[in-house]
Amino acid sequence: MTTDDLIVRARGLRRDYGRDESLVRAVDGVDLDVASGETVAVMGPSGCGKSTLLHLLGGLDRPSDGELWLYGHRIERSSERALARMRRKEVGFVFQAFHLMDELTARENIELPALLAGRSPRAARRRAFELLEQVGLQDRAGHLPSALSGGQRQRVAIARALANEPLLVLADEPTGNLDSVATLEVLRLLERLHDGGQTLVIVTHDERIAATADRLISMRDGCFIDETRLTGGSRGHLGELIGLDA
Amino acid sequence: MQQEVVLAMLAKEPSQGFQLRARLDEALGPLGEGLNAGHIYVTLGRLEKSGLVGLESPGGVGPTDRKIYYLTPVGQERVAEWLAEVSWPKPDLAEFHLKLVAATQGGLADPVAIIDSQRRELLRRLREAQRAAMEEPDRSDAALLLEGIVLRLQADLRWLETCERNWTDRRRNQ
Repeated sequence: MTTDDLIVRARGLRRDYGRDESLVRAVDGVDLDVASGETVAVMGPSGCGKSTLLHLLGGLDRPSDGELWLYGHRIERSSERALARMRRKEVGFVFQAFHLMDELTARENIELPALLAGRSPRAARRRAFELLEQVGLQDRAGHLPSALSGGQRQRVAIARALANEPLLVLADEPTGNLDSVATLEVLRLLERLHDGGQTLVIVTHDERIAATADRLISMRDGCFIDETRLTGGSRGHLGELIGLDA
Repeated sequence: MQQEVVLAMLAKEPSQGFQLRARLDEALGPLGEGLNAGHIYVTLGRLEKSGLVGLESPGGVGPTDRKIYYLTPVGQERVAEWLAEVSWPKPDLAEFHLKLVAATQGGLADPVAIIDSQRRELLRRLREAQRAAMEEPDRSDAALLLEGIVLRLQADLRWLETCERNWTDRRRNQ
């Protein structure tokens, strides 16, 4: 695979906080390649640096050292303006706490990034309806977030992340605040995005969501310690799981 | 108790029955209280008959607990096989735990590598169960059963994570 097919390429990525004795290496020399259309989960206990890593990948934070490419463009030394543009257009973020605007309807929340990226109100609205349909919430377009369930709010947040057709969607504990039924709703949606060719990086400590990725990376103390490729497994063990094959 | 556990406890060094028992007691703590001492000797006798263990002073007379048992090459092979087996879904946590203890004590295998292969296997199963659950309509009967499987696998994976942390720290402190 050539570098051109990679959505993310990071080499020796590092992010330090503090200095001298209070120096913390939140991300400590990470190499990461994410191919187009791939879903990668990064898993680890809280404090392992996975959220910091996600912020670096999305240009919300700058690395202390290392090299970072997004779709072939070096971004670690980009100007603030270029980074802001990248965050608006090339990257979609999904957070644990949804971060929807409470006073805006579901549709308006989804329109917002498109408007900020300079699309016409009409185009933004068309895209919002498209996305609401994609996440199965077309009948909730006019609802405020407070009138939606947790799973529905997260689906709106995912739709919002997709507003500008980003190269990369970054999700930080997207099921962290959800019960198991809502978790399934979100997992189904992420799976559909994956099938549609969307590139996804998810950080989580939820094994359920990690297990549905193509690739699972374990992170501890700022480093990647293990990588498991989960695709290509066969079906047929399910009976065994409940003792039916015994 | 599986005979492989007794066998693996011998991997450290040739031992008498009561030493094996002490090793098991130490590894199992209060969970080992119900362990029947006679069972270990019965198992050792069976293992000897099948050629997996040998006696250091064959034909020696005296009470059974003076006999020193050692692993034969066939026994060693069997232990290595047992260590590499991924035993889930049989939810025998003690067996897995003893596998890690025996692997470390006998210097037979890296416990963290054993944990890793177990974790990979569980993750694959979790993936299957999760995917099957995603294909079920909400609140179907099958979805409920799959939810149970998913939660159990999740619990096992979390325990493996604790195991991994523990054995990694021990290795670091050696």
